Amino acid sequence: MMSAVRTAAAFVLALSIPSLALAEEPGNGHGPVIKAQDWSFAPPFGRFDKAQLQRGYRVYKEICANCHSMRLLSYRNLGESGGPGFSPKAIEILAAQAQVTDGPNDKGEMFERPGRPSDHFRSPYANDQAARVVNNGALPPDLSVMAKARPGGPDYIYALLTGYAKPPAEFHMTQGMQYNKAFPGHQIAMPNPLVDGVIPYTDGTKPTVDNYARDVSAFLMWTAEPKLEERYKVGARIMIFLIVFAGIMYFSKRAVWARLHRRDGTHQA
Amino acid sequence: MANPDSSTDPSLLADDDPSRRDVILIGAGAFAAIGGAAMLWPLLDQMNPDASTLSLASTDVDLAPIEEGQAITVMWRGKPIFIRHRTAKEVEEGKDIKVDSLPDPLARNANLPDDAPATDVNRAAAEREPWLVMIGICTHLGCIPKGQAVGDYKGEYGGWFCPCHGSQYDTAGRIRVGPAPQNMYIPPYEFTSDTKIKIG
Amino acid sequence: MSHPSTYTPSTGIERWFDARMPIPRMMHDQFLVFPTPRNLNYWWTFGGILTFMLAVQMVTGIVLAMHYVPTADGAFDSVEKIMRDVNWGWLLRYAHAVGASMFFLAVYIHTFRGLYYGSYKAPREILWILGVLILLLMIATAFMGYSLVWGQMSFWAVTVITNLFSSLDALIPGLGTSLVEWIWGGFSVGGPTLNRLYALHYLLPFVIAGVVILHIWALHVPGNNNPTGVDVKSAKDTIPFHPYYTIKDGFALVLFLILFAGLLFYAPNFLGHPDNYIPANPLQTPPHIVPEWYFLPFYAILRAIPNKLFGVIGLIGGIGVLFFVPWLDTSRIRSTSYRPIYKWFFWLFVVNCLALGYLGSQAPDGWYLFFGRVCTIYYFGFFLVLMPILGFIERPKKLPGSITQSVLGPQGSHPAEAPPHVAQEPAREGAA
Repeated sequence: MMSAVRTAAAFVLALSIPSLALAEEPGNGHGPVIKAQDWSFAPPFGRFDKAQLQRGYRVYKEICANCHSMRLLSYRNLGESGGPGFSPKAIEILAAQAQVTDGPNDKGEMFERPGRPSDHFRSPYANDQAARVVNNGALPPDLSVMAKARPGGPDYIYALLTGYAKPPAEFHMTQGMQYNKAFPGHQIAMPNPLVDGVIPYTDGTKPTVDNYARDVSAFLMWTAEPKLEERYKVGARIMIFLIVFAGIMYFSKRAVWARLHRRDGTHQA
Repeated sequence: MANPDSSTDPSLLADDDPSRRDVILIGAGAFAAIGGAAMLWPLLDQMNPDASTLSLASTDVDLAPIEEGQAITVMWRGKPIFIRHRTAKEVEEGKDIKVDSLPDPLARNANLPDDAPATDVNRAAAEREPWLVMIGICTHLGCIPKGQAVGDYKGEYGGWFCPCHGSQYDTAGRIRVGPAPQNMYIPPYEFTSDTKIKIG
Repeated sequence: MSHPSTYTPSTGIERWFDARMPIPRMMHDQFLVFPTPRNLNYWWTFGGILTFMLAVQMVTGIVLAMHYVPTADGAFDSVEKIMRDVNWGWLLRYAHAVGASMFFLAVYIHTFRGLYYGSYKAPREILWILGVLILLLMIATAFMGYSLVWGQMSFWAVTVITNLFSSLDALIPGLGTSLVEWIWGGFSVGGPTLNRLYALHYLLPFVIAGVVILHIWALHVPGNNNPTGVDVKSAKDTIPFHPYYTIKDGFALVLFLILFAGLLFYAPNFLGHPDNYIPANPLQTPPHIVPEWYFLPFYAILRAIPNKLFGVIGLIGGIGVLFFVPWLDTSRIRSTSYRPIYKWFFWLFVVNCLALGYLGSQAPDGWYLFFGRVCTIYYFGFFLVLMPILGFIERPKKLPGSITQSVLGPQGSHPAEAPPHVAQEPAREGAA
């Protein structure tokens, strides 16, 4: 019995050390410490807040999409289950608001046409080099999986968007950069994109930078993990199944071994 | 015999509650079977067309350049679509037949109920009878019939002729002669303006 | 293999098959009635778990291969397409990625079990060597698989690790560079590199499966070791593999799957690195290149040694030394349970490996580098110094007379009755 406890303790210890190594503590030389936020989609029972995702999409579309592409997303994704839940009509309208390059036509020319639900989100720039030219050499990264591409995920994105501040007195700022509390190195090329009231919310949510940042962070978590809700749902069923199965297998094992133990007089407790 | 040491052969050892043991083992087997089936389904379903393929469902076609008597072929969902701007004579030939005598009396038009009869009106575009929009695949074994190009042999009924096994279709795309069992299918489509259609 | 076959086909179909090909006979002899020590504990369930995980990786890998695009431009997007558009694609991808980690967790536990109980000692040396070979193939396969995502970590891990071969330039000028360009298929890591990594990643698991078959064969010649390290002395010491160990392995597998599912569904990226969600950029190196967790101890050894060539030798030696363990350990006693002094050093070795893992994830400077070196010295010292010496000088505890005696206590060596014969069995049931 004691050896079972010892081995279990050893196992837990063995698992904890890799998790120490892996817990991306931005504080230990990898960047500023990022405060954890509460999110509606936190595991294991979280869900996305549809209204929040719709507001976040608005923030992306009206502010971020001017410089940041999101090429892995299509307009039809906006209507899929587990997401912002726009209606098919709304998606057609949103898609048609974008002009998409298509072609070549029968004359051999490329042409512009209104977007369709199956189109990917249009990038603001023709290519990376064009993006750099307009942004002083900096390339605004694609945001499709940004919530998984940074330690801290949505916590980090929220911290970044609310982290613009005046630099401390002795801090030396490079020309053209902005001070940001959350960005590693504290100097970011992106100017503060959000200001109170820049997007009028229509569902009663206060139009503050804090809310914009939260909503767009949640939206970016959805764009990175559109199957999150389905994953939790399937996961719950499978975990319950496996736990019950483990119980059945435990009693099965005991039942099979009982004969041996009975014969030998070595009953299991 | 099963085991060098039969003293541990469980089928030979007596047990004071075999029924309870059997129940738990049956339960274990059932769970294993359910688990196995549950693991199998995603492995099979992933081969089905994925969401991006399913979304490429529609194609827009501009009909303005197609003159009377002309036909074009466009691709939709990887299949050829025959669009023919029929002449008045072709429309008349399409109407001039008793539907009951056709090898396939059904319209096969995705825009109409399944049991709609294969009248020329039911085969052609709604309220635009000269226009015929059809999936250009022979319903026999899948070849693409001839009849779109000006010089093609169109068969005895003036429609389309399948060179693989000799099926002949009329000016409304209905099978008349040959091994094909059904009329060529009409895909779901609608006119989005006087001169444009959206297929699918 | 070493026991006469006891299979008697009982149906017509079995007889027909048995006369033509002995597969059912083999399955019966090797996996149903195989006499297995009766005292195996749960550390012995990991072999079965590993076989299951190999099957999981192969099956999920094959279905992923139906959608993956192995080009520099298409790879990252094809993985995202799998995650977003392919039916159940997210599940298959996460199963494969988390499954690789679970595969390594199981193989490390399985290996440490072998070290602790002396399963590598005569006559199981080849069994052990085949196992180390499987570990090596797994490392290669996992490394190549991770590169296929073509994220920043994928790209730069390949760049860093393949660049290690250029250290051979120190031995023969130009040899290392030619070798590296041959591996790359170009002057830097690129599309040709990705394509060949994909081809080999698909191939190697089948090689692993073949070596696993040899591994099981090599096991079945002498039979399993057991926690006492004492050989099987009579049929009383063993029980048939089925149903006792099939059900026990099944139970352990379900527990293992609970851990697997917990990670897959609720923390699928916990063991990964965010940088691999950034598409590969040959012009920008990530600030901290780290491999997946299961490579961290070897990474720490590599970086602990200041010289490039010797660092590579240390990296390869970290696994290479394992091949020699059957001869490095001079103890006459197999199981560490009966080696009180060695036991302390063994557990210290386990902690040392975990420490190396942690250190591999940190930047190699300051105290991290210092302890990385200390732990590297202990790692090699354990195999090259402690194993040979302790075997000679240690006084082990008294071994049990037999496996049965270790299970039943002293009266087990004087059974109330001899092993009952089949015909008399029903009357013989009773306490020992």
